[in-house]
Order: sequence, then C-alpha cells, then structure tokens
Amino acid sequence: MTKIDAKIPDGNLAEKWTKFKSSVSLVNPSNKRSLEIIVVGSGLAGASAAASLAELGYKVKVFCFQDSPRRAHSIAAQGGINAAKNYQNDGDSVYRLFYDTIKGGDYRAREANVHRLAEVSGSIIDQCVAQGVPFAREYGGLLSNRSFGGTQVQRTFYAAGQTGQQLLLGAYSALQRQVGMGNVQLFTRHEMLDVVTIDGKARGIIARDSVSGALERHFGHAVLLCTGGYGNVFYLSTNAMGSNVTAAWKAHKKGAFFANPCYTQIHPTCIPVSGDHQSKLTLMSESLRNDGRIWVPKKENDTRKANEIPEDERDYYLERRYPAFGNLVPRDIASRAAKERCDAGFGVGSSKMAVYLDYAAAIIRYGKGEANKHNMHSPTDEEIQSMGKAVVKEKYGNLFDMYKQITGEDPYEVPMRIYPAVHYTMGGLWVDYNLMTTVPGLYALGEANFSDHGANRLGASALMQGLADGYFVIPYTIGAYLAAEIRTPSMSTDSEDFVKAEKAVQDRLETLMNIKGSKPVDYFHKRLGKIMWDECGMARSEKGLKASIKEIQALQKEFWSDVKIPGEINNLNLELEKAGRVADFLELGELMCIDALDRNESCGGHFRIEYQTEDGEALRDDDKYAYVAAWEYEKQSSFKLHKEELKYENIKIAQRSYK
Amino acid sequence: MEGNLNLTLKIWRQKNTQTAGKFETYQVSGISTDMSFLEMIDVLNNRLIEEGDDPVAFDHDCREGICGMCSMYINGRPHGPNRGVTTCQLHMRSFKDGETITVEPWRASAFPVIKDLVVNRSAFDRIIAAGGFISVNTGNAQDANNLPINKDNADDAFAAAACIGCGACVAACKNASAMLFTSAKISQLALLPQGQIEAATRAQAMVAQMDEEGFGACSNTGACEAECPKGISIENIARMNREYFSATFSSK
Ligand SMILES: Cc1cc2nc3c(=O)[nH]c(=O)nc-3n(C[C@H](O)[C@H](O)[C@H](O)COP(=O)(O)OP(=O)(O)OC[C@H]3O[C@@H](n4cnc5c(N)ncnc54)[C@H](O)[C@@H]3O)c2cc1C
Ligand code: SF4
Ligand code: FES
Repeated sequence: MTKIDAKIPDGNLAEKWTKFKSSVSLVNPSNKRSLEIIVVGSGLAGASAAASLAELGYKVKVFCFQDSPRRAHSIAAQGGINAAKNYQNDGDSVYRLFYDTIKGGDYRAREANVHRLAEVSGSIIDQCVAQGVPFAREYGGLLSNRSFGGTQVQRTFYAAGQTGQQLLLGAYSALQRQVGMGNVQLFTRHEMLDVVTIDGKARGIIARDSVSGALERHFGHAVLLCTGGYGNVFYLSTNAMGSNVTAAWKAHKKGAFFANPCYTQIHPTCIPVSGDHQSKLTLMSESLRNDGRIWVPKKENDTRKANEIPEDERDYYLERRYPAFGNLVPRDIASRAAKERCDAGFGVGSSKMAVYLDYAAAIIRYGKGEANKHNMHSPTDEEIQSMGKAVVKEKYGNLFDMYKQITGEDPYEVPMRIYPAVHYTMGGLWVDYNLMTTVPGLYALGEANFSDHGANRLGASALMQGLADGYFVIPYTIGAYLAAEIRTPSMSTDSEDFVKAEKAVQDRLETLMNIKGSKPVDYFHKRLGKIMWDECGMARSEKGLKASIKEIQALQKEFWSDVKIPGEINNLNLELEKAGRVADFLELGELMCIDALDRNESCGGHFRIEYQTEDGEALRDDDKYAYVAAWEYEKQSSFKLHKEELKYENIKIAQRSYK
Repeated sequence: MEGNLNLTLKIWRQKNTQTAGKFETYQVSGISTDMSFLEMIDVLNNRLIEEGDDPVAFDHDCREGICGMCSMYINGRPHGPNRGVTTCQLHMRSFKDGETITVEPWRASAFPVIKDLVVNRSAFDRIIAAGGFISVNTGNAQDANNLPINKDNADDAFAAAACIGCGACVAACKNASAMLFTSAKISQLALLPQGQIEAATRAQAMVAQMDEEGFGACSNTGACEAECPKGISIENIARMNREYFSATFSSK
C-alpha cells in the first residue's frame, strides 16, 4: 500500500500555519513571470486563486464552461459566509470555529487544515469588504451577522439571500482586473476534458472549445482544479445544471486519489419535488432556520390545511428532540429527522414527502419588536403583521419570492413546504496540506477537494473554504512546488504526451457520437440519479449498496451502447457535453457506492442503517474508521483503497450531541 | 399538479454565427402548468432528439434566477411576460392552453448569435475588465469594521450589485444600449467609500469600453428598467452620467 503523506507541518496546531508561511520556499518576482498556472474553474475558489496568483506575477490561464466566469455555480449560494471575527462579542474565536467545524464534520476532517481555515477566515471578510462586497450592515454602519446550523454564536456574514453572488462578483471583479491588465487569459465556454501528465507531473490540460468543438492543448507548470462539487450524480440536486465531476474524474483516472466519495450532504430545506418533469431542486437557505420553525402535524395522515391545525396539535420535532440547538441542528441531523417523520406517515402536502417551515411566529415577534421601536403602545394585529412581514422581507425577501414563483403559494401567508435534497459533496479529490493531489503539480481547491468538512459540512462554510483556498492558502502553498520548477521552461504542446492525450479525448468524443443509440442522455442520468437517491442517499445499507453497484455497472454498459447524441462534433453541441459528464457520473456513482459499502459505520452525511443508536442517531466506529478513504483508480470498476489515518491531538473525539 | 397545456412554439433556429436563421414551428402537448419554461423546452428537446433532430440550443445553468445565463426573448419581451423574473423562473402557469409562443435570442449587434437562442455576451466581461473593480490586491485589506458604511448607502450599493449580467436590458432597448448594466456596477462602487477613489477613472474606462463594443446610446425610454429581472433602477444611469461628466470635466 503506497503511503499517502498529508505533509502536515510539525509543531503546535495553532502555530503550524504561521510557521509554514514563514518557512515555505518563495519564488522571486522575475521567476514568477515565467511560470504558467492553469486554473480550471472560476467559482469562488478558482476566481480568487487566479486573481491572487496573477497579482503575485504568475502567468495565469482561466477556464470555465459557462459564457462568463461570473456564472460559476458559487453565484447561487444564498445564506452566508462564516468568519471567526467575534464582532458580536458572543464568545467566538478561531478555536471555536475550528472546534465547531470538526464536530460538525462528525470527527472525520483533518485538524490542521480546519484550524488553518478558521485562522484565515477573518481576512476573507476584510478582503471582500475592501473589494466593495455589499454585506448587510446595521444602522451604525458596521457589519451584521446571523447564525447558522451547528453553532451557538453569530458568525455568519451575509448579503440578503445573495451572499454567494456578491462574493463571487467580488472575486470576479478582481479576476477581470487581472484580465484587463493582461496577467490572466480567459477561456470561457471551454470544457477541460483531460489533464496532461509528463514524467508523472501535471503539465497541462486538453480543453474543448464548446462553440467550435475544437480541442486545444494548454501547458502549465501547475494545474489547479477548482471545478466544484458532484452533487448532480443524483440527477436532481440544488446544484446548477452544468455542475459536474468531469475535471476531477479525469484527474482521478490520471492518478489523483478520490477521497471519501460517499460523503454527501442532503440539505434539509429545499422545495419538494413536484413531478417527473423536474430538472433541478431549489434550496431554501438554511438561514431560514434562524427564524422559521419546522413542524409536522401530531396526527398521522392529517389532511387539514396548515393554518387549520391548532398549535397544540403540531409537533415541532427538532425542538422536541434537540432542545439545545432546536431548529439549528446540523444539516445531516435535520434531514434525517424530516425523512423519519415523513416515512412514519406524518408528512404534509400532496406527496406527503414534506414538512412545514413556518414563519408565523417570527412575523409576530418581529412585528412586536418594530412596534416597540416606534413607541406604538397598542398596535393592532394587522399592524404587527405588516411590520413583521416587512422585517422578514428585508431579511429573506428574495427567498420568499423564489418560493412563490416555483410553488405558486405565498409563504408570508402559509408555511413553506420543504424536504431534503442533495446539496453538497464533502468528498472530492484527495489533497495534502498544500492542496496538492497525489499527482505532483496538480491541485484541487474549493468543493472539488475533500479537505475541510469531514463527513458533514456546516452551513456558510463552503464559501469560506473556497475563498480561503484561493485568496490565502494556495498563494503560499504553491510556492513549495514552483520554487523547484523555476528551471523548467515553458513546454511545447506538440510533444508526444500532449498529442496522445488529445487523441484519446478525440477518440472518446467520436465513440460517443457514433453510438447512435435510441435514448437521450437525460434518460440515463435520471436512472442513475434514482439508484443513487434510493440506495446511496439519506439512508444506506449493505444490501442496497451491493445491488446498486451491479445496477450501475449494467447501466454503464447500456449507456455506452444505447445513448443517442444528435448534432455535430464540430459545433456547439450541448448534448455531447452532457453525455461526457453523465458517462463520468456513471463511474463516480459506482465508486460512491463502493466507498459507502466500505465504511461500516454511520457518520455525518453517511448513514448506514445497520449502524445507529437506539434513538436513531448516527453511530460512528472511531476505532476502525477514523480515516480518510482515498481511492486509487486501477481500471474500469476497480479501485484500490488507501487510508489516511486521522489523528485528533487537540480535540477530544466524542459522540456528537446537539441535545 | 394543475392543468395541462397544448402549445404552438415558434422558435428561432440558427446553425451558427455565419449562417442566417429562421423560425421553426413546433407543437407540444400535455405541458404541466407546474413546469418551468425551460423544463417545457427540455420536453421538446428530448422529443427532438428521439426523432433524430437537433435540439434547440439555449443558455441556462442555475435555473433559479441568479447566474444570469438564461436569456430568451419570449413573445417580444426579454425573459417573457412576467416582471422581475428570469426565463428560468418563468412557469407555465403564466400561459394559456392553445397559445402560440414566440421564442428568440437576444438581438443586439454586440451580442452575436452563436447558435439558436445562444448569444455571445463576452462584451460584458470586457466592460468589467476595463474598470468594474476596486484596485485592491489580496492581503491589502484593513479590518472590515474599521470602515463603517452608512446603511442606506450600503443598501443602495447592494441593490445595484444585484445585477446578474443577463443582458435583458440590452435586448429590451431599441438602441441595444448597455447603460443599465454598466451604470449598475459604476453606481455600486461609487456609493461605497472604498470605491470612490477610482470613481472617475472607472466611469470613463467602462463607458469607453461600452462604446467600443458597439452598444447603442441611451435615449431614456426606460425599457431596460421595465424588463430587468432584478429591478435595477434607471437612477443608476443618472448616477453614472454624473460620475462620467465629473470625470471628463476634471480630466480636461
Ligand atoms: C443553492 C446553493 C446554495 C448554497 N449556499 C451556500 C451558503 O450560503 N454558504 C456556503 O458556504 N455555501 C453554500 N453553498 C455551497 C457553495 O456555494 C459551493 O460549495 C461553492 O460555491 C463551490 O465553489 P467552487 O469555487 O468550489 O466551485 P463552483 O462555484 O461550482 O465553480 C466551478 C467552476 O468550475 C468550472 N468547471 C467545472 N468543470 C469544468 C470543466 N470540466 N472544464 C472547465 N471548467 C469547469 C465551472 O465553469 C465553474 O467556473 C451553496 C450551494 C448551493 C447549491
Ligand atoms: S441590469 Fe438587469 S437586465 Fe441588465 S444585465 Fe443587469 S440584471 Fe440583466
Ligand atoms: S439559468 Fe441562471 S438565471 Fe436563469
């Protein structure tokens, strides 16, 4: 078994990063100008990395498949971004953010990485404000905070329900500034279809220009994959339609280990599925759990309308089961609790696969608060309602509007119906402390790596991680590698390795086009999604997983013999792009089931029904499974497991309790 | 699930930038009113694929009104008949059984058609690259709360920053002007103390790039504001003009 080395610096946890920064090799400014870096992805991780590296003087190329870097999926993040600023004086600190993240991740994340994340979190907010990101503010002009699941402090910064948009536009502006200065070359509507390795090191990529269909070879002294998460393996998820695993999967096949693929986050508050036509699911931000109360009727199969069910016939099951955290328990716990109630027959709505998220109490509370503020001594109910609704509108208006557009119901008047949906993938390419994969010179940042969230991510921590990786980690850690590359001249892309890699990509595209089967790509994607959701979703079992692996293998065969792709190879061909992505999802889905089967415990987002406590909580097995599962690709359907042991030197590992 | 609709679709088909395009007519039936407009096109596309035809190419990604990628000109209006929503947020409950729906790409010489309903909006990226930023390198920032910002200004800046870069304003304008888009960014940054230092040069640079891209002039008809899915206010254009003229004035 090859040993994987996480390269965690020595020393006390709190000093590792500082010591690393002051001892890491540097590249002098004139050498930076001759070093080229490829950044695939322009989300928070990619845009922040590309801008920061270009500012340092490196020559950067950025690729994204959308028509503009500003459209990366990060744009859709709603609720907020965490930082240990302690502006609220409520007991927050770097250590507490570190602790909450490790505990929230159910003790399956690496201590050193998480501590570094907490350390740099404050600088992210400073940087974003300096860029002009319009975070929410109080009347005194200072920044406002709110709380998110899994924490008892208010450390989340936000811009209404559009935090991801504002953060990404900040990073995008910084990126475009470098584009304007000629330090970054931008390749939009380009899809990376392979990593090129030369003598074991990543040296470039093969990309397809989506408009012309032409394949291109690009050289880089280092390649950064900032390509986001793979939740769309489930077909229906809250991810954007184009989100995919292709870049990471190609890297995996070129030698990069894939870590903890089965750790999937199912988000508790999404708009329920309404029919077969559905193409994606919409998140209702977790920030709604700050003020909204979640409930189902106490009576099984209650068909009354929500507003007709009296208070004492409602079961606020999260408040009942978890009095300490109530509606703010972590996502995995909230999702399973919703599933438990619906499976037991207490669900609401026409499908009975939904629970209520109710704002009535919050509206009254806010309305009374406003009345006090304005010295109104006996406000009428209507006045309270209307002032309360105004406050809720300011805080969550765009989310409420979105709900109304999709469902046709007004959430200011009736409680929202919500149900869990696939949202985020904690797993991803294995990286060391420097964010380098097992392929030298190939890095993974943001949701594409596995590094910081263990088996469950806390809300508002993905934005933090993406920007930490891009603004504050990679600019330092990449020096450790590139300092030794200053004598490597820029390489010609006419070399055999590049030509061969391009040929392989070309062959695969032609093979896909030539199948000329009978079913559109979506048909296969939907079937894969159903298998994954049923057997590798919120609850998993040995039996189900074993059967799924077989089913997925059969589906792979069927796909490669019966998919039908219209159009031409040398033109914009969205079906061909989709087909390539689904082909990779079909392989990833298999690995996810293999990983879930290997992990004979329940932790965070991975819940094996065989391993639970008497009251239905996840039951970890720290003696046997306190490791990162890093899978090496051997050949089709064959993966080798490497284990990175997780050592907890600063936190006492304990059963997670939010009661 | 409400009723089902039968519809006639007249959709602009164009192979690529070089070839001329034309309308094709399609019938779709059994469309649920719960579907989104794009899901309705998905249904049509999967049928076209099964019949061996090329599906209709269109841009989309988030399908929740925030990425700015979707861009259909529906029945003569960018993003369709409803106010304040993008194409992807438009639902079929806004249409009637038996209706004929015309779907076109954004029309503007600065946004050439790539294929069918897909256009090239990279001009917007170049306008931002010309000056839509605050010049602050990573690591240069002071503590965020050292710079209190008046809440009203912060809220106005946020309202301008809500622009999703979709280009509906350009598509709605008879002159294909990009003033609303450009002014939203200029306003956002000019409203914040961090952004004021470069306000004048920013306005000049962005306006110059906008002109170079071939967008038309503004004749104050307000169609952009009416069709903008994010409610970007035309007041931003006035603010941009102030920044711009103060810049040209002081540079003399
Ligand atoms: C609806 C929603 C709401 C969320 N809300 C929050 C929140 O409130 N707080 C929080 O912390 N997190 C939130 N998250 C999670 C968070 O948004 C993401 O984890 C994060 O934005 C991912 O950023 P990224 O930079 O890693 O990747 P992305 O933003 O997904 O960017 C991926 C980039 O890679 C490019 N790309 C991918 N594959 C290829 C390829 N093969 N070739 C070329 N380019 C490629 C894409 O074009 C894109 O530019 C939310 C997620 C969703 C789905
Ligand atoms: S101003 Fe409005 S219409 Fe124009 S690009 Fe921005 S969001 Fe779209
Ligand atoms: S698809 Fe993103 S705004 Fe419509």
